[in-house]
Parts: sequence; C-alpha cells; structure tokens
Amino acid sequence: MKTYAEINEKIKSGKAVVMNADEIISYVEQKGLDAAAEEVDVVTTATFGPMCSSGCFLNFGHAAPKIRISEAWLDDVLIYSGVAAVDAYLGATQLRHNDPENMYYPGEFRFGGGHVIEKLIRGEKVQLFALSYGTDDYPCRELRTYVTLNDLNQAVMVNPRNCYQNYNVAVNTSDKNIYTYLGHLKPNMENLTYCSAGQLSPLLNDPCYDVIGVGSSVWLAGAHGHVHAEGTQHSGVCSRTENGVPSEGAGTLGLTADMKQMNAEFVRGVSLKGYGVSLSLGVGIPIPVLNKDVLKRTTVKDSEIFASVIDYGYDYPQATGKFLAKVNYADLKKSEIEINGKMVQVGSMSSYSKALKIANILKEEIKCGKFLLSEPYRKLTMDVPFKKLKMASN
Amino acid sequence: MTKKILLQFPKERVNQPLIYDLVKKYDLVINIFRAKINPDDIGFAVIDLAGTEENISAGMKYAKSLGIIINEKMTGLNWDSEKCVSCGTCLPHCPTNALFVKDNRTMEIAFDDDKCIECLSCVDHCPFNACSSLFKE
Repeated sequence: MKTYAEINEKIKSGKAVVMNADEIISYVEQKGLDAAAEEVDVVTTATFGPMCSSGCFLNFGHAAPKIRISEAWLDDVLIYSGVAAVDAYLGATQLRHNDPENMYYPGEFRFGGGHVIEKLIRGEKVQLFALSYGTDDYPCRELRTYVTLNDLNQAVMVNPRNCYQNYNVAVNTSDKNIYTYLGHLKPNMENLTYCSAGQLSPLLNDPCYDVIGVGSSVWLAGAHGHVHAEGTQHSGVCSRTENGVPSEGAGTLGLTADMKQMNAEFVRGVSLKGYGVSLSLGVGIPIPVLNKDVLKRTTVKDSEIFASVIDYGYDYPQATGKFLAKVNYADLKKSEIEINGKMVQVGSMSSYSKALKIANILKEEIKCGKFLLSEPYRKLTMDVPFKKLKMASN
Repeated sequence: MTKKILLQFPKERVNQPLIYDLVKKYDLVINIFRAKINPDDIGFAVIDLAGTEENISAGMKYAKSLGIIINEKMTGLNWDSEKCVSCGTCLPHCPTNALFVKDNRTMEIAFDDDKCIECLSCVDHCPFNACSSLFKE
C-alpha cells in the first residue's frame, strides 16, 4: 500500500520506479504481482487519436478602440463569441467558411478548427476577423489582424470529451462505399477501422475508475493539465468482460491544459474524406500503484480487451444498438482478421506508436521529478447511464 | 540513346536554367512530358534526354551538381514521415503494401517506394496530409 504523498515524495527525489502500460505486462509476469506492486510506483498510459470534442478558450486582449466581439473567425474558421468581449471558443470540428462540404461527394474537408489549433501551437500566425454591433463602451465594430499563440493572453484547451475508454470497430456491410469518422469503409465488409490504444489506453488500465478521477493530473499534448470532469457521454454502465474492462465506449474524460505548453507533434488537424474535420490529440495519464489491485488492472493486455464490431452501413446511423461481433485488440493489430467467416482488412484511426512515445515521455518526466501525480477529489461516476434523445412533439 | 527521368527541383533551385544548359552544353535533345515549376515552390519535370551515352551521363551529373534530384524510378509519391502519425488509416487502402507496419510491437508505419504503384489512394485517405503526389495538385 502506498499513498499519493509517498509516491510524489519518491518522484521529487528522483527515485520513483516508473514503467509504461506495455512493459508492465511482462514485468509483472516475471516478478509476480506482490513484488512488482512493492517496487513499481507509477504506470504510464497513453493514447493518440481523433478527439472531436476538443477546443480551446482564447483571450485576444483589447485594441483601441475596444470591441465586444459578436462574431469572429480565425483563418476563416468561425469561433464561438457568446462569451465575454474578447474571449472566444475555437472548436475542433468547425469547418472553414465556404468549405464545399459534401457538395462534391465525398468532400475533402481540408481545413477547420483542428488545423487552426495545430497552427497556433506551431507558433504560426493566424488571421483574426471580428465583427460587433458596437456599444457605448465598446465602439469598434470590425477588426482584422494577425495573431500568434504568444500574442494571446490565455489559450486554454478545454475538451468536453477525450480518451474514450474503448471504441467501436467500424465495418460496412452495405453494397456502397461509405465515408465516416472512422474513415472510408468499403462495401461488403472489405475493411474495418478500430480506434484505441488498447493495452496502453488510460481508462482500459483503470476500467472501474479507481484512480483516474476528477482532479487527476494528465499530460495533454505536452502540457501538464488535469481531468476537469467526466467527459460528455461518459457511462460507466456498459457491457464489461470478466476483468471489468468495457467492451464498448463507456467512460470518457473532460480534459484541460494550457495550450502555450503544448507540443504540435501531439496536436494535429485531421481531414476525413466525406465526413469533416477534427483534431488528433495525444494524452498520457499516470496511474499510481497504490496497491496490487491497481497494478493488476494495468497488466491488462490486448488479447483481453474486446471491442464491438458495428455496421456503419446501417446499425450505427439508424441507432439500432446491434453489433456484429466482438474482437480483441491483439487480433486487430494484424493486417487481416476474420469476422463472421469473412476476412476483413484492418485499418486504424488511433496511433499506437505515438501513444507509446507519449507513455515513454511521461515516464521520463515522472522519473526526473518534472511531473507529479494528484489525488482526484471526486471519483468518476459508475452508475449514470448514457441517455438517448427523446423526440417530443411539443 | 534516350532516357526518361524525373527531375525534382528543391525550392531554392527552381530558378536554374537547367534545360537550356542540357541542350547547349551537353548537346542533348530534350522532350518535356509534364512539368510544374513555379517560383518559390518545389518543382518537377518529366523529360526525355536523347543524345550520346556520355553526354546523358555528364548532363545528369551536372544537374545533380546544381542540387537537382534525379529520380530515375519516376515515382512522384512523397510520404512525409514527420506528418505521418502511424495511425494506419492508409493500410487497407494501399493495394501493394507500399505503406506497411514495420514493427508489430510499436505499430510504426513505413513507406517502401519500390512497391508504390502511385494509385494515389493514400493521398485521398490520409487524414494528416502525409502523402502527396508531385503530379497531383
């Protein structure tokens, strides 16, 4: 048994024993659970993939005369201005103004909010265009200028939903090509897409939210941030295998961190043909080895984590709730897998190699005392289900 | 003899009068199939060089000395390893496995241009714009 304070003391003195969630598997097999639980202080988990529910609050500061922005665009991408005078929220999936969308199907969706966020973090200049109706105290009615991340007073990423605990495996059983947020799915189940870091993924290593909670410190694209709430659509009520690991979406995290501390390698604008734009993000979360039960859960391996195969040609868009099969991540890492008697080519939206890189960066930061753990002040809910939208007539 | 090659001009080399030099200094007959050379941008030219073997090889050596890349395989596909995040979206869309998982443990992706047939499927599918073709806008 260890406490957060004891682990943090070891981290500060540079003596913490830290491993990533990939290497811990064989280490515990070799050493045994009891000995490893004594020895190891922290297990680092990570993921990298598209996280549509991401964005940032920005504060531009005032020019003279002042403006109370009512509508604004960054590089022609609309930002939400229904907050204070020169504050705004830039969302990852907002398309650039005048993008032809799916008018020439499938559309290319070359540029949007995610790309603007990436540009800002790269230190590039973006164009701010803002309009207002003008007031006595804020007389300016229009401005156009160029800003970089450094020019902004604050740029805080506030993501309503990141780190889906597990995710659907998408196939298409229809006879037409379809274009989805899980990519181009060829007809007759020719290919599939999965999207999870599996055994490295944060919430798959803490399936019942014993240690990751509101207030936990996280590594968000290089910045040190924290979990600010359950993510939207969070649902601890889900189908779980014997080890407690969900075999469908389940838990999510609301994350926040200072964009000025981020590294653009882990914040990447995404263009999804026929679907839209998004943002791929890298997240690392340390798991404190408080006891051997916590450690045991981090030894979960790809072959023990299952995901639901869902038909995006019919069942997903029509919300039937059906799935075709369950497959594990060890099989998903092969180039082809058999589903209901058919060989299906495998593609992925998440990047295991980037996730591994993040888990190792976080490991090094903890080892050298740069990253401390924080005890959550509230647990994530386990008993609140995800509701469907009721269609009411009045 | 006649040799078909692809010349790739780095940004800072597009203002070299290479074709003129190949004609004047090396007595080569040049036939341009397609080319795109703009100021301040990378450029390319697919050309036939006709002349004696020595002149062709001396002309190519001269082009190289100017910092121009000679691509005899004529593959115009460029895979940018910095932009690639190794997500694997391209894998089921690459018909020849030119894009492949090079290490099953890290799931890192690599590109083998010998296998590439330039179908441009990856250019269409990469969410990160990591694949581009010299011959496509």
